Amino acid sequence: MIGIVGFGAYVPAYRIKSRTIAEQWGDDAGTIERGLLMQEKTVPGRDEDTITISVAAAKNALKRAGIDPQKIGAVYIGSESHPYAVKPSGTVVIDALGIGPHVHVADLEFACKAGAESMYICYSHIKSGEMDYAMGIGADTSQGAPGDALEYSASAGGAAFIFGRENVVAEVMYTHSFTSDTPDFWRREYEHYPRHGGRFTGEPAYFKHVLGCAKALLEKSNMKAEDFAHAVFHMPNGKFPLKAGKILGFKQEQMDQGWVVNLMGNTYSGSSPTGMAAILDVLKPGEKAFMISFGSGAGSDGFIFEATDRITEVQGLAPTTRGILEGKRIFLDYGKYAAYRRKIRFDN
Amino acid sequence: MANSQRYTREIPRRYRLEGQRFVSGNVYLPMRYIDPETGERKFDPIRLSGKGTILSFTEIHIPADTYAREAPFAVAIIETDEGARLTAQVVDCNFEDIKIGSKVELIFRKIMEEGNSGILNYGYKAILV
Repeated sequence: MIGIVGFGAYVPAYRIKSRTIAEQWGDDAGTIERGLLMQEKTVPGRDEDTITISVAAAKNALKRAGIDPQKIGAVYIGSESHPYAVKPSGTVVIDALGIGPHVHVADLEFACKAGAESMYICYSHIKSGEMDYAMGIGADTSQGAPGDALEYSASAGGAAFIFGRENVVAEVMYTHSFTSDTPDFWRREYEHYPRHGGRFTGEPAYFKHVLGCAKALLEKSNMKAEDFAHAVFHMPNGKFPLKAGKILGFKQEQMDQGWVVNLMGNTYSGSSPTGMAAILDVLKPGEKAFMISFGSGAGSDGFIFEATDRITEVQGLAPTTRGILEGKRIFLDYGKYAAYRRKIRFDN
Repeated sequence: MANSQRYTREIPRRYRLEGQRFVSGNVYLPMRYIDPETGERKFDPIRLSGKGTILSFTEIHIPADTYAREAPFAVAIIETDEGARLTAQVVDCNFEDIKIGSKVELIFRKIMEEGNSGILNYGYKAILV
């Protein structure tokens, strides 16, 4: 059996409300909250970045896996906010966790899909018999330009998943990927903020790839929406994942647990992985979970998981995703938020 | 943490809390070659749990240039459960919540940036638990 042996998530303690951002730019707060279905989002502390978020999430995954970190043969970090332009995030993460030096490490980038991508590669390593354990992480401190619609959603957080063959808590039953060249969202070298195609990010990008991947995965597995206890779709805002799920036949109660976007925002590469971690927090033995990521550019990776009896033994070994999200929260005003996110430029 | 060589040498201590326990039982982080209390030179490596208690703390409002953007921030002397005493920033909290005797956990954070083009320095800070 191949699957997840440990999982963990992390989001920073800092938050800003959608209302606070709306008031800054003269937008109608009620319209924004109803339109995006988002009340607040996470903000990285001034000393937090993709590397520190990855370490925090990975520590929680290791607590649940209960394995010697030295047995991990590969670590991949998917992010579009790696702190260095040249120098891996992964090397810092493995040394902080006591993994390696006999380990394969790579930083991945595919807009919001890079976290799920790392999971897919880890699963493939285990399936090939190349190594005993592999860890995939999706984490971001997402960028959104001041005054841009993205500013309401771009947030910070991540999740880590350790794949292996022994002591599996959620078996990978099926996977599928769906990819095409679709320039809906991008950031060029040396640019601080991404640009996007407005409404073009919807039907031709998000929905085409999420639904294309999901339908192929359901067909491949010969399963239907009602076969799953929970489902999570990439969450660029509150509405898109719920609409995608509804089109596929999923009911609201199947999507509630993984739909963390209303409190977390869009953690880009950490979005659907963090939702998946929230699902694994409550998934019962024998229950199935459906996960579809999306990365602009564009593509989707899909997974079908089935929980084993062991999952109940590990769920309580580390903080739950919703426990962290709904726990300590320090709300920032727009000025502090701008400083924390370095939207205020200094000359030195 | 002034350059890549020194930074690399300090990774075990700063990233993984790898300290030392002398024969006398005294525990230190960062490491030292001689136990200042006993003069003993023999020790075993020990990885600290990261749990500890605040012995004293202060608020920094006028920091060194390197930390100028982070001010104000809190710094505490922390005694770990193993007995090592170290200095660390206390983050993610209001200053009024920091007390002598507060329980803390050491977490992995960015400590400083070496200018706009130098390396990023990571290590431990503390959060209240």
